Amino acid sequence: MEIVALQILNSLFYAAVLFLIAAGLSLIFGVMGIVNMAHGMFYALGAYVAAWSVGVAGSALAPAALFIFLPLAAVAVGVIGLAIESTLIRPFYRRPEEYQLLVTFGLLLVLEDVIRLVWGGTPLTASALVDSLGLVQIGGLPYPVYNILMIGVGVIAAAGIWAFVYRTKFGVLLRATAQDRRMAAALGIDVGRIYVLAFGLGCFMAGLAGAIVVPTQAAVLGMGVEVLVIAFVVVVIGGLGSLEGALVGALIVSALRTITIQFWEEIELAALYLIAAIVLLIRPTGLFGRKT
Amino acid sequence: MSRRAAALVAGVVIVLALVPVVLGTYQTQLLTYGLTLAIAALGFNLLLGYTGLLSFGHSAFLGTGAYTVALMMRYLGVSSLELFILGGVVSSAALAALLGVVCVRHTRIFFAILTLALSQVLWTLAYKFFWITGGTDGLRVPFSQLTLLGGLINFPGADAFARFITYYYYYVLVLFCVCTALMWLIVNSPFGKTLQAIRDNETRARFLGVRIWRYRWLAFLVSGIFTGLAGILWVPLNGLVTPDVLYWPQSGKIVFFAVLGGFRNFAGPIVGAVIFNYLEVYAVAVTQYWQITLGVILIVLVTFLPAGIVGTAERLRARLKKKRAEQFS
Repeated sequence: MEIVALQILNSLFYAAVLFLIAAGLSLIFGVMGIVNMAHGMFYALGAYVAAWSVGVAGSALAPAALFIFLPLAAVAVGVIGLAIESTLIRPFYRRPEEYQLLVTFGLLLVLEDVIRLVWGGTPLTASALVDSLGLVQIGGLPYPVYNILMIGVGVIAAAGIWAFVYRTKFGVLLRATAQDRRMAAALGIDVGRIYVLAFGLGCFMAGLAGAIVVPTQAAVLGMGVEVLVIAFVVVVIGGLGSLEGALVGALIVSALRTITIQFWEEIELAALYLIAAIVLLIRPTGLFGRKT
Repeated sequence: MSRRAAALVAGVVIVLALVPVVLGTYQTQLLTYGLTLAIAALGFNLLLGYTGLLSFGHSAFLGTGAYTVALMMRYLGVSSLELFILGGVVSSAALAALLGVVCVRHTRIFFAILTLALSQVLWTLAYKFFWITGGTDGLRVPFSQLTLLGGLINFPGADAFARFITYYYYYVLVLFCVCTALMWLIVNSPFGKTLQAIRDNETRARFLGVRIWRYRWLAFLVSGIFTGLAGILWVPLNGLVTPDVLYWPQSGKIVFFAVLGGFRNFAGPIVGAVIFNYLEVYAVAVTQYWQITLGVILIVLVTFLPAGIVGTAERLRARLKKKRAEQFS
C-alpha cells in the first residue's frame, strides 16, 4: 500500500514537469501556430543553467539559498527564448509549415551543440537541493521532501498560468491573437509583441521544468531530444493549443508511465506513442482541442 | 525529357561509373553512402515534394529495412543480398501499408506528428527488446558474410574490404539508377500528376472525382518502400545497425536532404542527400561540434534559400537565359 502512495507521488512529480513542458509547447502552438521542435532544448537549457549555477554558488551559499537559482534559471531560459523569437522565428510566420518545422529543427541541432560547447559532455548534478530538504516517512518508507515541494510548485504554476491566460488583460489579448491573428491586429493589438511574449513564456515554462528536474536527475546531453516526443504525446492527447489539455495529458501520460514501468518496463514508451497515435486517429484535436 | 537533359543524365552516369577507377576506396565508400541515402530521399520526396505531406517518421522505413537485414542474417543465417532486398522490401512495404492507413487520414502538422509518434514506437521496440535486437549495442552485419548476385561474389579474407567497396558501389549505383528512373516514371505518370493535383488543390481534385485517400496511401506505400530499400543497402556498408537509425532525428536528416537540394525539384533531394553526406562526414571529422554546423546551414537554407541548391541553381540559370535573350533581341 505504501508503494502505491509513493508511486502516486512519483507520478505527480513527473506530471508537474511534463505539464510545464507541454503547456509551453501548447501555448506557442496555440498562439503562433508553430510546432517548436526545439522546445525540448529549452527544457535541457533550464536544467543545465540551474545545475551549473547551483554548482558554482554551492560552496558560498547556504543550501536553502540555492533554491533561488531554480526560478532564475527559468527566467534566463525565457530571456533566451525572447531573443530567439525576435531574430530567428519571426521571419517564418508567413511561410509554410514545413519551413517553420525545419527552422526549429535547425535550432534544435544548434542548441544541442551550444550546450555541449558550454558545459561539455559530462553530466551536471544539483542533488544538494534534494539532500538539503531531507526525507519524510510515508507509511514507513522514506521519500524526498523536495519532490513533494515541487509537486506543489507544479500546482502553483498551473494555477498561475491559468489565471494569467484567463484573468488578466494580457491573457485576453493572447487568446484573441490565438483565435484570429488578423482580426486581433485589425483591432489594434500589437501582434508581434504578443508573439514574442508568448514564445518567451513558453520557453520560461520549459526552462522551469528543467530546473525542477535537475536536482533529482543529472542534466545530460540528449535530454532535450528525448523529452520532446513525450511532450508531443502529452499535447496530442490533451489537444494541441489547449492548456487544460496539457494538464490532463500530463496526468494521463505520467500515470501510464508509472503503471507500465511497474508492470512491463519494455513497453513503457511504445505504449505512450501508440496511445498518442490512437488519440490522433479518433480525435485529431485531442481531448480538449478546438477545431482549427 | 529534352535531348540536353538526356545528355546531362548520361554524363552524370558515366562520371559516377568512373568513380572507383579514379578515386580511392574511401571516396568510393563515401559516395556509396551518399547514393543509398539518395534513394531514401527520392522516396521521401514523393510525399513531401509531390504529395505535399511532410513526414517526420521516415526513419521508421530506413530502420525497418536495416533491421530486417540484420535479423535475417542473425536468425535465419541468410547471406545473399538479393534475399535481403526481397525480405526488406516486403517488410518495409508491409509497414508502410499499415502506417499509411493510419497516417494519410491527416495532413499538415497532424500528419507530421503522427508519423513521428509511430516511428518512435519502432525505436523504443528496437531499443528495449535487447535480447532480440541487441539494444543499444545493435546488430552486426559484417560485409565478409555477404554475397552478391546469388552467391557469385563473396568477400572472404582480410584484404577484401577494398574489393567489397568497389563491387558494392556498382551494385548500389545500378539500383540507384533503377530507382531514379522508376521514380521519374512515377512522378510523370497520370498517378504522379494526380498526386501533384492533390498537393496543389485538394478540394478541386476531390471535385474531379479523385479518391484522395487512396492516392495518398499509395504514395505513402511507394515512399516507404524506396526508403526501406535505402536502409537495406545502407546496413552492409555501415556494418552495424543500432536503434539510432530509427530515432527521430534521423527522420529530421531525411527532411534535411530534401530541403538542402530543394524539394520542389526532381533532382533536388538526390543532390541534397549526397551533399549532406559529405557535409556530415567532413563536419564530424573537423569538429566535434558538427551538429551546430548542420543546424546553422539548415537555418540559413530555409531562411534565405528555400528553393534549395538545385532550385536556386535553376532559377539563376533561367535568369541568365532571359538576360541573354534580351541582349540578342
